Amino acid sequence: MDIHIFWFIMLGILLAGYAVLDGFDLGVGILYPLAKTEEEKRLFLNSIGPFWDGNEVWLVTFGGALFAAFPDAYATAFSGFYTPFMLLLWALIFRAVSIEFRSKYHSNIWKNTWDWSFCFASILATFLFGIAVGNCLKGIPVGEDKEFSGVLADLLNPYAITIGILAVSTFAMHGSIFLYLKLEGEIKEKVYKWLWHTFGCFVVCYIFCTIYTLVSIPHVIHNFEEYPWLWFIVVLNVLAIGNIPRALFLGKPGYAFLSSSATLIAFTALFGVALFPNLITSSLSPEYSLSIYNASSSEKTLNLMKIIAFLGMPFVITYTLIIYWVFRGKVKLGKFSY
Amino acid sequence: MTEFLSTEILARLQFALTIMFHYLFPPLSIGLGLLLVFMEGIYLKTKNPIYEKITKFWVKIYAANFAMGVATGLVMEFQFGTNWATYSRFVGDIFGSALASEGIFAFFLESGFLAILVFGWDRVSPKVHFFSTLMVALGSVGSAVWIIIANAWMQSPTGFHLVGEGMQQKAVIDDFWAMVFNPSSVRMIVHAIIGCWLMGAFFVMSICAYYIIQKKHLEVAKKSFVIALLLGFTASLLAASSGHFLADRIAITQPAKLAAMEGHFSTGTGGAPLYLFGIPNSEKEKVEYGIKIPGGLSFLVHWNFSSPVIGLDQFKKEDRPPVGITFFSYHLMISLGVYMLFITTLSLILLKKKKLFETKWIMKLYCVSILAPILANQAGWVATEVGRQPWIVYGLMRTPDGLSKAVKADQILFSIIVFAFIYILLFMAYIFVIHNKIKHGPDEIMQNKKIGA
Repeated sequence: MDIHIFWFIMLGILLAGYAVLDGFDLGVGILYPLAKTEEEKRLFLNSIGPFWDGNEVWLVTFGGALFAAFPDAYATAFSGFYTPFMLLLWALIFRAVSIEFRSKYHSNIWKNTWDWSFCFASILATFLFGIAVGNCLKGIPVGEDKEFSGVLADLLNPYAITIGILAVSTFAMHGSIFLYLKLEGEIKEKVYKWLWHTFGCFVVCYIFCTIYTLVSIPHVIHNFEEYPWLWFIVVLNVLAIGNIPRALFLGKPGYAFLSSSATLIAFTALFGVALFPNLITSSLSPEYSLSIYNASSSEKTLNLMKIIAFLGMPFVITYTLIIYWVFRGKVKLGKFSY
Repeated sequence: MTEFLSTEILARLQFALTIMFHYLFPPLSIGLGLLLVFMEGIYLKTKNPIYEKITKFWVKIYAANFAMGVATGLVMEFQFGTNWATYSRFVGDIFGSALASEGIFAFFLESGFLAILVFGWDRVSPKVHFFSTLMVALGSVGSAVWIIIANAWMQSPTGFHLVGEGMQQKAVIDDFWAMVFNPSSVRMIVHAIIGCWLMGAFFVMSICAYYIIQKKHLEVAKKSFVIALLLGFTASLLAASSGHFLADRIAITQPAKLAAMEGHFSTGTGGAPLYLFGIPNSEKEKVEYGIKIPGGLSFLVHWNFSSPVIGLDQFKKEDRPPVGITFFSYHLMISLGVYMLFITTLSLILLKKKKLFETKWIMKLYCVSILAPILANQAGWVATEVGRQPWIVYGLMRTPDGLSKAVKADQILFSIIVFAFIYILLFMAYIFVIHNKIKHGPDEIMQNKKIGA
């Protein structure tokens, strides 16, 4: 396989891994205000307790791999999206420490502050991911020198904001299914009700965004004309979404979670298909776009990193599975909980 | 924007602020991680429940520290792209593979097993738990190794060739292992990791000393103290020798940096003096109020007192690093290193005489001595990085050439202000949480806490 395409797919895998894994813990953060009592709040936090920082590593590795494989795309995107990325960093910092600090001191003001910062940071981070995806699809002003030449306001366009809202609703749904899986008793019944709301919001956003995308940026489907088998992803996506309510009706939340994970993987794949072979589409002229060929590292580096990835990924997947296996089952509060 | 607040100054200021703040946490994770391995290892061997209590107590503190490390570490990775885009384009081919290795080989390992370390006591067997502790400790060292390799390459680049012209120029990798084992990497890694051990050891000793003075949790405190003291003493000795080997290498790879560290302005014809103290004056090109050992620097570099050492006069003015900051931070680091060696040696003697824990003044001194490794680690970083100036990649790319072109000074200024605000807030919260953990002590952890309490 073309080494450039290999790394494009590898980045896709890292991004999909991040969306599926951190997606549910960001979702729990988005839904957090729905937990009313102290016990409910702690159940929410402890459902993601052992996982969230391992999940975030997928983002770190995605960033590192983008830097390594396509340094020009990394440099253009990160310097071009300066302010949104700073906001994202602040959100992720606050989120991390909110989870860690909240239960370390018993005072209402202390806990309320971290509660709100956890929720707000989760929403903001998710929304900003959506903004980034939206702008990548739409294209940003990149000149001949590979540098972003726009202003902040360019990034806050209606399309990107719509995708930002889609991201929030998607993670909220994904997170609520995860909670439904991990909780039991009264709170589980409560979550079940919200689950339908989040699913409804998600479907509405999904349909609206699909239409909006096809109307305003028709070139997203240019790859489908050349490679019709890609329609398979769209079919998978629709089936996965459709299977969520089915699995819930059948009382199989595990399948619902797998389906919403498949939905996120399909979204990532569609995002990749829409971009390919570009990483950053220039809205000024197609020839200024940063593609997997003109923005990449040398073939030597790409091949080296392929070896690193083949050596490392089996371990990563193995111990990710071990961790999820060790902490399987319903969440229970104990002396080592948050 | 005034000239003082240029994009360059602001971007550098932001980098210094965020990395120095970040560098408070990983060294503690690495040092404390090793101590946890010792503590839990002893527990596994002796089955003495006191060591279980000790391990669980330090794990709690470790977790809070780890979260801060992860949160502030994300900033570092993003910052290369946000503030130093041109630099990122230049080094991506090389720097990238080190970062990717860090993520895949180290970061996943430590974050994954951290879950078992913190939450897994009841879920896995003691052996599996110990294995997780080992993996977390190994992962945190691995992270440091890859990051320092990337940094060491910036100090002494090897294994690459340049392509392109002017601002489009890039370094392209020729030899991965030559990049990894560049002349600086091994010595920098060894010295930095030892610095982390000092951090872990003094952190534990300072908290234990506080308990001992307060006459609280004495068993936990004394046992932890002894383990940490052994590490602290060993690390102090190793820090001195590894520091010497590192300086030795800097004399070859970055003579201008060594000259700035030592305040060595003119090469001369005879032996170069070693300044124990002084105030370097870059205008007059000499060290004022200096206390020096004649020929001392020559001895350290060449093993004799009379061979000349390359001074700053061998470099064009625009190629010289700022002398003042480099000199002071380097000397601060060394003085603190000497202090740590002294206090740990003395403590070992007192321990042998069974007087250590009864000697009040030394316990009081340990309470504040946590500052010594913190300052020494920070100063070491400053000397390394400021000493590399005016180059961002030594001899290849100047610092102002590495900046992002799409970013304006006011954007950076705004983000620095927010970062400063957030970091102050976080630091206060962190201290508050740690303080609380210390105040409650190890007993709280062993009691069955009521749910929802």
